[in-house]
Amino acid sequence: MNTARAQTASVGKLTGNAAQGKKYYQRFCVGCHGVDGDGSGENAPWIEPKPRDFTAAVFKCRSTPTGTLPTDQDLYDAVSRGFVNTNMPSWFPLMEQTRVDLVAYIKTFSPRWEKEKPGTPIVVPPETPVTKASVLHGRELFSKMECWKCHGPAGHGDGPSASTLTDSKDNPIRPYNFSAGMRSKCSTTNAELYRIFMTGVDGTPMPSFVDNLTPADAWDLVHYLRTLQPAQGVEAATWHEWLQSAPAPSMGTGGGR
Amino acid sequence: MRTNYLWSLTVLGLGAASMAALSAPAPAAGSVSGKVTFTGTPPKMKPIDMAKEPSCASQHETPAMTESVVTGPGNSLQYVVVFVSAGDTPAPAPTQVVRYDQKGCNYLPHVLALQTGQPLEIYNDDQTSHNIHPLAKANPEWNKSQPPGTPPIRATYDKPEFIAVKCNVHPWMHGYFAVIGSEHYAVTGNDGAFSLKGLPPGKYTITAWHERFGTLTQEVTIAGGESAPVNFVFKAVPY
Repeated sequence: MNTARAQTASVGKLTGNAAQGKKYYQRFCVGCHGVDGDGSGENAPWIEPKPRDFTAAVFKCRSTPTGTLPTDQDLYDAVSRGFVNTNMPSWFPLMEQTRVDLVAYIKTFSPRWEKEKPGTPIVVPPETPVTKASVLHGRELFSKMECWKCHGPAGHGDGPSASTLTDSKDNPIRPYNFSAGMRSKCSTTNAELYRIFMTGVDGTPMPSFVDNLTPADAWDLVHYLRTLQPAQGVEAATWHEWLQSAPAPSMGTGGGR
Repeated sequence: MRTNYLWSLTVLGLGAASMAALSAPAPAAGSVSGKVTFTGTPPKMKPIDMAKEPSCASQHETPAMTESVVTGPGNSLQYVVVFVSAGDTPAPAPTQVVRYDQKGCNYLPHVLALQTGQPLEIYNDDQTSHNIHPLAKANPEWNKSQPPGTPPIRATYDKPEFIAVKCNVHPWMHGYFAVIGSEHYAVTGNDGAFSLKGLPPGKYTITAWHERFGTLTQEVTIAGGESAPVNFVFKAVPY
């Protein structure tokens, strides 16, 4: 259908070809995302959360500000990484060129790619040291920014508003449960975790906090969020050291473990 | 020489244009005004339980009501956007800022009309965090958090669209941005009345939009300085 909308993609030294991408799309992606890229493939009725609708050109995992198009690299990373806790697998086994071709083809589904440029990526400055003060300030921000209203006081995804959440297509959606693992939809590294709440997750209830958090605040929050997760990183060690002598935590300020 | 020649032409042209403007006053502008009513049974609005947000619940002596269908005396219908949808000459975006408030975990006003390109400022007057999530389709969809005491969020919309606005933290919060491509628009008050002023002679399509009952249109011709009566009657459905 979209042959008129020629698109390319540029990732590193590779250039994507939409015509090539179409062939791969029809082999690997069409079952869920559909022939027209609108997320209504034959598997879609059985899948939660629903496959992305590329015709809306609204994307969750971006380096760019809320409301703007992602970069080609963002789409490439999403295809490569896959979306944990969803039916979208990692397509890392495909050749790099194949993944870039797929990105080029995905961009043919919405006219937004012809009229708009991707947003300017939000800069992630070098990480600050993990200290007790940083983790504790992060905990304060978790309470003050009201992250717990959806993600729950201990980050279990069970806050007071959690059960009411819907995505932009009115499908029910769950807030992320930090105790479920170390990876989330858009992140494995600390820098990616930083980016998630600064950019927001478009098309979902998760807003952007870039206007309300300084880079130092954002790193403190990252350090605290890591303590809510199961693995024993440097953040958790710092946190536990503090917990030894700490008073019992109260509602809305996080629980620790 | 050529440059000079062009210059003099331009100056002459400007002079002539301003002379014309002075000597022949613009034809008297007309207006369209009327009332929006409904027939049938509208749904009853329900009280909102804000118990989960005590700082908002305490701002309402009686519970706040949902506002998707608000009616007034004589079957009048509030929050209907009436605007010129065809026949208008495009007007530049006004620089006047329109204000949208989050107060008592409600949107004020429930339906905000503004022109394409017009600056919009969104305020959080509450002691709780909101996220402002306008579910735009034709325009970019963004979603921003706004803790208490933070500066207003500024935005503009370039394409005409009725955009549902919600706050994911407080699921009862619903509102609309009516982004209109014309400078002639109005939102009905509780009496259902509206008036579109300053319409030069011509043929216009007038559209009325209600978030639950859809759109109605009427054609109207303005000959001079008269006020053309236009009334809209929506068919209400109870659910």
